[in-house]
Amino acid sequence: MTYIPISPKERDEMLKIIGVGTLDELFDAVPKKHRFPKLNLPQALSEMEALALLGELAAGNENVREHMISFLGAGAYNHYIPAVVDHILRRGEFYTAYTPYQPEISQGTLQSIFEYQSLMANLTGMEVSNASHYDGATAAAEAVSLAHAQFRGKRKKIVMSPTVNPQYRAVIRTYTQGMGLEEAGDDPTADLEAGPEFLTQFIDDNTSLVIVQYPDFFGRIYDYAKLIDAAHAKGALVCVVANPTALIMLKTPGEMGADIVVGDAQPFGIPLWYGGPYLGFFTTKKSFVHKMAGRLVGETVDARGQRAYVLTLTAREQHIKRERATSNICTNQGLLALASAVYMSVLGKSGLQEVAELCYQKAHYAAAELSKIDGFGLCFSEPFFHEFVLCCPKPAGEVNQHLLENGIIGGYDLGEDYPALKDHLLIAVTEMNSREEIDTLLEALKEVSHD
Amino acid sequence: MNAPSNLKYSKSDEWFDPSSGAVGLSDYAQSQLSDIVFVEILVDEGETVEVGKAIASVESVKASAEIFSPAAGKVISVNKGLSEKPETLNSDPYGAGWMIKVEGGTTGDVMESAAYVKYCEERTH
Repeated sequence: MTYIPISPKERDEMLKIIGVGTLDELFDAVPKKHRFPKLNLPQALSEMEALALLGELAAGNENVREHMISFLGAGAYNHYIPAVVDHILRRGEFYTAYTPYQPEISQGTLQSIFEYQSLMANLTGMEVSNASHYDGATAAAEAVSLAHAQFRGKRKKIVMSPTVNPQYRAVIRTYTQGMGLEEAGDDPTADLEAGPEFLTQFIDDNTSLVIVQYPDFFGRIYDYAKLIDAAHAKGALVCVVANPTALIMLKTPGEMGADIVVGDAQPFGIPLWYGGPYLGFFTTKKSFVHKMAGRLVGETVDARGQRAYVLTLTAREQHIKRERATSNICTNQGLLALASAVYMSVLGKSGLQEVAELCYQKAHYAAAELSKIDGFGLCFSEPFFHEFVLCCPKPAGEVNQHLLENGIIGGYDLGEDYPALKDHLLIAVTEMNSREEIDTLLEALKEVSHD
Repeated sequence: MNAPSNLKYSKSDEWFDPSSGAVGLSDYAQSQLSDIVFVEILVDEGETVEVGKAIASVESVKASAEIFSPAAGKVISVNKGLSEKPETLNSDPYGAGWMIKVEGGTTGDVMESAAYVKYCEERTH
């Protein structure tokens, strides 16, 4: 991009146009004492000194690659990332990931988005995918906006399962503030063993969207086909929040009849990164494409008959539809969508299946062994993928503290969100957890049991 | 451009048929929008509309537009098939491209065909 300087001449012209004499006068509205506040900053450092200081600070962090064994999931998962993912991300052609406003000039960017969309649609069993949202939680909130727009605001109720990730539910509540929506089903004190059909009682003619998670927050796998049929019978749409790694192995939400499938694609090539940035994926049926937020790339042929990529249906986008658009959040995670697409392409179908199978087998080995320890047990009997709820003989916080002292990041303390599950840990196991690590966890928990 | 003389026209390029109560988008408007790829009727049968109320949303390959009702009254019919074939708005704007029918339609500020043609020509030049 051309650098646009501002010369004194241009500055004076602008001041003249807005009717201000000098630059100082322009800032008159800012009280004098706030204009140049005294900042209590240390002496400036040389580059060498700064690097040493920052290195020292960074060394204080512990991470799951070098220092810690982790069994923490609950929405973010520790998976192996092939080196080529980072290599491609750091190419200059991709690093400035914003889709330009003359998009067709950037065929490479468009092609990478198109491939990401195709892979995501395939994974979820849906017809279309957009080019991503901030994270899984905001993608779920956008599903509410789609349903709201689809019924032109006439249906005022959403039904949320209490076993959707609590953070996702919180973000949905934030996004929908002021939309005048009624929320039903979202009760963390409800019977958590009731199964998905429990939600049917809340679905009525005023319901726009039903939201469930797959596997649910406790790792349980349910077939939502019946619930989806019940929702459709009332004319409501259904959004399934899904874990992409689980989708490799399981029946897709698309096969169950879901209208929208969202989730966080962090497990696909994106590090844990202390909580973000992550990658929200959003897939849906073709019939809802005009109400879907965000970018959509399509493949076509140019005037010479060659394959070319274009931004499809741009007229529904925020910068054209303004206040009439479904969503006015225009940002996507272009670079991370690329990471995810590279991850999927590099592993390929068989590589992805291997990852999913390793997660499944290791989690089931861990669950079987952990439940043999005195005082510990599996909380639920439903099938699970790579995450399960372990009931403990003492408060989960105390168990985690003991594990931390042994270099292990334990599970997610479910008592934080579900009052009935105070002594319960949500344990995640991925291909990154070796047999030795799982055995280390077993030994550490046996000590808890003997205390 | 085509503007049948039995219809009334609004400044925002909708037409109104006083005999049937039908409302649609003018030939001039469809040609300005170019290929229309999406149409959504925003009102239901039985609803009451005011003059100037948004009754439909139209998207072409390059633009998005709202269609405002040139007449007030009760919606007695909605062209449900239109969303399946949005291109009808391009091919037959005064026939199969009708959007809604309004009963007891009192119109707002509308023009006769000749005045509308002149109004469109002024905007083109």
